[in-house]
Amino acid sequence: MHPMYGKGLRALSIATVATMSVGLALVFFYAPLEEEQGFLQKIFYVHVPLAIVSLAGFVLGGVFAIAHLRTRDQRWDMRSYVAIHMSLIFGVGTLITGSIWAKGSWGHWWVWDEPTLVSYLIVFLLYVTYQPLRFAIEDPERQARYASVFAITAGAFVPLNFMAVRLSTAYVHPRVLGSTSNLPAPMALTFLVCLVGIALLYTTLCKYELTAKHTRAQVRALRRRLAGESERAPERSRTAAPRLTTPHPSVGGGHG
Amino acid sequence: MAALLAVSPALPLHTAGKYVAGAYVVLFALVLIYVAIMAIRMSRIERDLGELLSEAAAREEDARGVSTDAPAAVESREPVA
Repeated sequence: MHPMYGKGLRALSIATVATMSVGLALVFFYAPLEEEQGFLQKIFYVHVPLAIVSLAGFVLGGVFAIAHLRTRDQRWDMRSYVAIHMSLIFGVGTLITGSIWAKGSWGHWWVWDEPTLVSYLIVFLLYVTYQPLRFAIEDPERQARYASVFAITAGAFVPLNFMAVRLSTAYVHPRVLGSTSNLPAPMALTFLVCLVGIALLYTTLCKYELTAKHTRAQVRALRRRLAGESERAPERSRTAAPRLTTPHPSVGGGHG
Repeated sequence: MAALLAVSPALPLHTAGKYVAGAYVVLFALVLIYVAIMAIRMSRIERDLGELLSEAAAREEDARGVSTDAPAAVESREPVA
């Protein structure tokens, strides 16, 4: 049986839309205005979940990479690639929303003496090199192996970096993890719903990406099989994305 | 930075509104761009599948043509044999 990456996608999509809608309603109609920042603090409910989910996604990419190195199963490499790819997109969202918040709050788009901001930028830039690294290696086996080593090393760097920033002198960046108890209950509830919503969005988009890549690989495999009866299939072009080879229908396959 | 914050009062709604709207529009735009890219990919897959389907149909037609020709050839040879 072929792996089914699209299984449960509809339910996941509905859950994402529902949770995000509830989250938005809570942000604008339930959560009270913050005393210091007023209405501007509403950015907190989108910026912080984006940052947390993107960092968790980077770590998840490392975990999938460990599974790939242990099993040599290319599907784990694909999951690691998609997790990192999606985290980069969420990272772009984090940086832009953070800059907007900084401009409204501090009057500057970016503040270089803020350790949280700079450390996040370092992590983001580190992962920006992931795709060029993959693209630079032509051999698919070697590409997957080196990319996994990178994902594990960089994934380990994320929590270390986070802890180092925490241990350094606390400036004025709002602290969320470990201090949600300091938030008033309506704000904490709104934040948690938004966090779940963004996490669901991340999971849904990852599943969409995996399904699309797997479908494309299946179409390519079908084309090669049809071409193989009359002529040789053309050579594949170089790509940064992992190359999935679909198993023959008679060969069993796991679930995605 | 603390001093900067101390002198920065909460922005009034009409000023903060554009920043808040901007941040939420960024999230919406990111999802929208992603969906648009996915739509392009899906249409490419659909086109590829269509090509493969017509190729398979052409082969099927060829095979049917060969199989209907084959008995006729046998029949034509039979009287000779």
